[in-house]
Amino acid sequence: MTIQGWMLIVLFTAIAVALARPMGAWLFALYEGRRTPLHRLLGPAERAFYAMAGIDPGEEQGWRRYAVHMVAFQAVLAAFTYAILRGQAALPLNPRGLAGQDPHLAMNTAISFATNTNWQSYSGETLSNFSQMLGLTIHNFLSAATGIAIAFALFRGFARREVGTVGNFWADCTRVTLYLLLPACIVYALFLVACGVPQTFTSNVDLTTLEGARQTLVLGPVASQEAIKMLGTNGGGFFNANSAHPFENPGALTNLVEMLSIFAIGVGLTDCFGRAVGNRRQGQALLAAMMALFLAGTAIAYWQEAAGNPVLHHLGVAGGNMEGKEVRFGIAASALFAVVTTDASCGAVNAMHDSFTALGGMVPLFNIQLGEIVVGGVGSGIYGFLLFAILAVFVAGLMVGRTPEYVGKKIEAREVKLAVLAIAVLPLCILGLTAASAVHPLGLAGPLNKGPHGFSEVLYAFSSGTGNNGSAFAGLTAATPWYDGWLAIAMWIGRFFMIVPTLAIAGSLAAKRFTPETSGSFPTTGPLWVGLLIGVILIVGGLTFLPGLALGPIADHLAMIHGQLF
Amino acid sequence: MTTASVFSADLVGSAVVDAFGKLSPRALVRNPVLFTTAVVALLLTVLLATGTERLPFGFQVQLIVWLWLTVLFGTFAEALAEGRGRAQAASLRATQSDLVATLPDGRQVPAVRLRRGDEVVVVAGELIPADGEVIAGVASVNEAAITGESAPVIREAGGDRSAVTAGTRVISDRIRVRVTQEPGQGFLDRMIALVEGAERQKTPNEIALTILLVGLTIIFLIAVATIPGFASYAGGSIPVAVLAALLITLIPTTIAALLSAIGIAGMDRLVRFNVLAKSGRAVEAAGDIDVLLLDKTGTITIGDRQANELRPLRAVAAAELARAAMLASLADETPEGRSVLVLVREKHGLATGILPPDAEIIPFTAQTRISGIKGPGGLMQKGAVDAILRANPDAAASAAAEELRRLTEEIARSGQTPLAVAQDGRLLGLLALKDVIKAGVRERFAELRRMGIRTVMITGDNPLTAASIAAEAGVDDFLAEATPEDKLALIRKEQKGGRLVAMCGDGTNDAPALAQADVGVAMNTGTQAAREAGNMVDLDSDPTKLIEIVGLGKQMLMTRGALTTFSVANDVAKYFAIIPAMFVALYPGLDVLNVMHLASPHSAILSAIIFNALIIPALVPLALKGVAYRPIGAGPLLARNLAVYGCGGLVAPFVGIKLIDLVVAGLDLA
Repeated sequence: MTIQGWMLIVLFTAIAVALARPMGAWLFALYEGRRTPLHRLLGPAERAFYAMAGIDPGEEQGWRRYAVHMVAFQAVLAAFTYAILRGQAALPLNPRGLAGQDPHLAMNTAISFATNTNWQSYSGETLSNFSQMLGLTIHNFLSAATGIAIAFALFRGFARREVGTVGNFWADCTRVTLYLLLPACIVYALFLVACGVPQTFTSNVDLTTLEGARQTLVLGPVASQEAIKMLGTNGGGFFNANSAHPFENPGALTNLVEMLSIFAIGVGLTDCFGRAVGNRRQGQALLAAMMALFLAGTAIAYWQEAAGNPVLHHLGVAGGNMEGKEVRFGIAASALFAVVTTDASCGAVNAMHDSFTALGGMVPLFNIQLGEIVVGGVGSGIYGFLLFAILAVFVAGLMVGRTPEYVGKKIEAREVKLAVLAIAVLPLCILGLTAASAVHPLGLAGPLNKGPHGFSEVLYAFSSGTGNNGSAFAGLTAATPWYDGWLAIAMWIGRFFMIVPTLAIAGSLAAKRFTPETSGSFPTTGPLWVGLLIGVILIVGGLTFLPGLALGPIADHLAMIHGQLF
Repeated sequence: MTTASVFSADLVGSAVVDAFGKLSPRALVRNPVLFTTAVVALLLTVLLATGTERLPFGFQVQLIVWLWLTVLFGTFAEALAEGRGRAQAASLRATQSDLVATLPDGRQVPAVRLRRGDEVVVVAGELIPADGEVIAGVASVNEAAITGESAPVIREAGGDRSAVTAGTRVISDRIRVRVTQEPGQGFLDRMIALVEGAERQKTPNEIALTILLVGLTIIFLIAVATIPGFASYAGGSIPVAVLAALLITLIPTTIAALLSAIGIAGMDRLVRFNVLAKSGRAVEAAGDIDVLLLDKTGTITIGDRQANELRPLRAVAAAELARAAMLASLADETPEGRSVLVLVREKHGLATGILPPDAEIIPFTAQTRISGIKGPGGLMQKGAVDAILRANPDAAASAAAEELRRLTEEIARSGQTPLAVAQDGRLLGLLALKDVIKAGVRERFAELRRMGIRTVMITGDNPLTAASIAAEAGVDDFLAEATPEDKLALIRKEQKGGRLVAMCGDGTNDAPALAQADVGVAMNTGTQAAREAGNMVDLDSDPTKLIEIVGLGKQMLMTRGALTTFSVANDVAKYFAIIPAMFVALYPGLDVLNVMHLASPHSAILSAIIFNALIIPALVPLALKGVAYRPIGAGPLLARNLAVYGCGGLVAPFVGIKLIDLVVAGLDLA
């Protein structure tokens, strides 16, 4: 580990925390439906959308209506993308004449983007610009906007008193897209272009290298997709190499900004939550717990990657683990990127997680298994975290001798039931599908490596899918009907079987009376609460995966110490 | 209560017998975690019988025995909690079974045949056959059978003391009672059901907790059920018995086993405290109370006011007023009157005279509101200021009356009650009566404030007096000149603000407020209407108990929370005991996870299961006694309980499992 490495980590953390407040203020304006400076410019567009779709943005929806509209919207969008991917060959903007995707691959891709996962069983280079721009990029925006809308609905559940509604899905989705994602991405994309990221309709350039070889470079509207891929925690790269590719991530500055943009909305939502419930310290407590988990993960990953592989040390190769890393970024920036992208449900990578040391690679895996709630995906991170907050309040809240309350709302049987239901989805899909793949011949055909490392590859795939991360451990032949199919199911369940109970909680909370805080109320700000929250997340959310981790990365690591590599 | 009484020999004996009775599937299914444990134990028993497991016979047998013991310890805890109430129920039932009723026409019928609306006659020496209302007569009644208090109480027709309870004995006079309850729904029946825990319904928090426990069980079931798949990838297989051991140690058996015992013990504590709750929900609500409405008289102040000072008018000598006040109070036998004599003796050096033999005593009446004497010294009057002025119209018009009114306001503002004194129609001055705040109430209210509970004093006094007393007693707020309607309106207002309100009351006109309050404690001396409206009845009729009831409610919630936290925190150590034992055959390197250095895989598994079983009886005393509640505010309380039950729950099993492992390995059990 180096001073420079740690300085990068500290700098990143400081900027990320500092982003919380301004981003939170902006999100809060959208949450409340207030006018922003951008309304003068974009207000007519917003009204035009509502008029075209016949939507009254002021019409309040109950949680059921909100959920039905949201799921229906995503299902229609997924079907639309499926059609584009299948029919790519016949569609415009396809100068390379690329063929359409197989049915199972197209289904996997469509669901993957609709669920904000961006798991890529295909290589980015096999898609036409039309498919990338219309088929995928709309999801990058709308799945992110949907996540934020769900978070808004849950915030309203906590903030509202004795009402039956949680907001209007269409209004939330439109406002977030129009006043946050779109303008931010335009500025962000221009910044990336200035740093050297291509933005062009030219899809390929033939050139002669210095050695005289002929090479074809794939180009395209990269910068625009790159911006939303990061900001919306989507993670689906324009190129297969994702953010390790120099056209996606040209240098140190873009690398830092890309990492920050993964966290930007997530940290802002913690502040927005605090504002929504009328006590910004509530949001700060959540952010503090997230940052503690983030720094712990980063420290472990960086330490393991910097320590490197003892087997190679014996062979005289000194230094940390550089396998699968871009030399432009090095160990610290790669370890940090890996933790950031998995703490959030982004899934963009600037190094290959499969090539990390066993324990270094376990950190991203564990982050995903916790549900990607440490800052987390846009929206999904904070609502996942709040589910754990509900459980933590319930388990420990009784210890102060009152019916547990969180930010003024009593946590009762219905909320506990729904929170457990939502949280149980993760182990069910991740562990269940991994176990099935570990015994079924079609599943066993996937991993390229043997032993515990191969097991980690399968476990990582289903964790990434269910958690809607989308990063891959690589080393897994995933473009098969078995993995395409099951991963698509995992992604769909991981997304919507978590969102629907979350919305139900929002509805149930919104209908409740507000209980004013007294000195007898359970304190949900301050270090004690932060520690408790972390404890519950690790014990309830994390311990379940210990058997799997023991047989995967931990066994892998111990074998490495004994000189055996997989 | 000591541990010894929790575990007295005969209680434990009968609880052991009952514990086996509770093994029936129908009883077990009410507790899903214990039910799961029983199913797993049964499965392993069948596997052992069919010989399908490739494990040492002795190891399997021990595992199965400890699994069944886990279930039995759970049912035992519940049986023990129930057993403690049963003796009390038996004596109550004996009282009830031989009740006979005498109808107005002289016929005698068994009490169980009485219906609502029937009338009965009870004379001295007889037991009252059913709950009802006195409609004619007055009698003294010994209610020891219900309250344990042997001093008789007066029960009379009309007014606030008309309710009588089945099983209590009339010791003088004759009363006519109208039955107000259908058979089987009386007070006695409810009390029997309550102490037995037979009709116990789960409280809202208990239901939510059960859901959480079921949820955790499902999550751990997934975690364990997927292990064989993982193991097969690693080229091995895990015996079912080992998987079962992991599952049972991970699911929250500890809290599940103790959950109903905590609830029963909480109700039992309340009953021992001579408070009868109509439902567990009410006890739980007591823990959540935000606002406490307390009647001033009897709760905050002692019932009687004391003469505090004399305020003569400018033209009157203090000694003159003192003498007149003394004479006017000579015949006044009330505590207030006595205190006037004490005041003049101690502060004005006036020897208490004796009542002149030819003096005419003017008794206090509600109409005149004046008392005094007419004797050789003239007419001495003492009474409410407006009453004295009305009785002496000449004086009322004088300048002295103006001064008197000014002094009156001054006294009222200082929280005292003014009484005017007049001699032969001439105003002399005022006598200030002071409410005496009960010793220690200030501290109690400070305590309540730290608990986050606001206290509101209810009084019929005028706002000035009320404000002064409120400040002195340290209550947060007061409601002066309160009518029952005001009380009801105040409760509604607080509830609209999201706060839970507790109050106590006894009169019929308290009934609406008692019913509206989240916790309404009716005094046992009160009317049947009040007793019906409240959700608790205090058999001692002591309004200060409300504060203790809140503490008991909190204690019950805290005990559940503490044991849940302990149970969940235990899982960390259990993982570290069983995971290496389970996988070490697949990857020998995983032995580094065996941080406790347990002797062998089998002994590790056995030790974890033994710890998991033994922790249940070890925690039974805590479950029955309850976690100590201290009014130190939620933050410090949480810190303390997290340290004890959270951190303790993390550490205890590491130590416990290691110690058990030493024994298991030492005895060569596995």
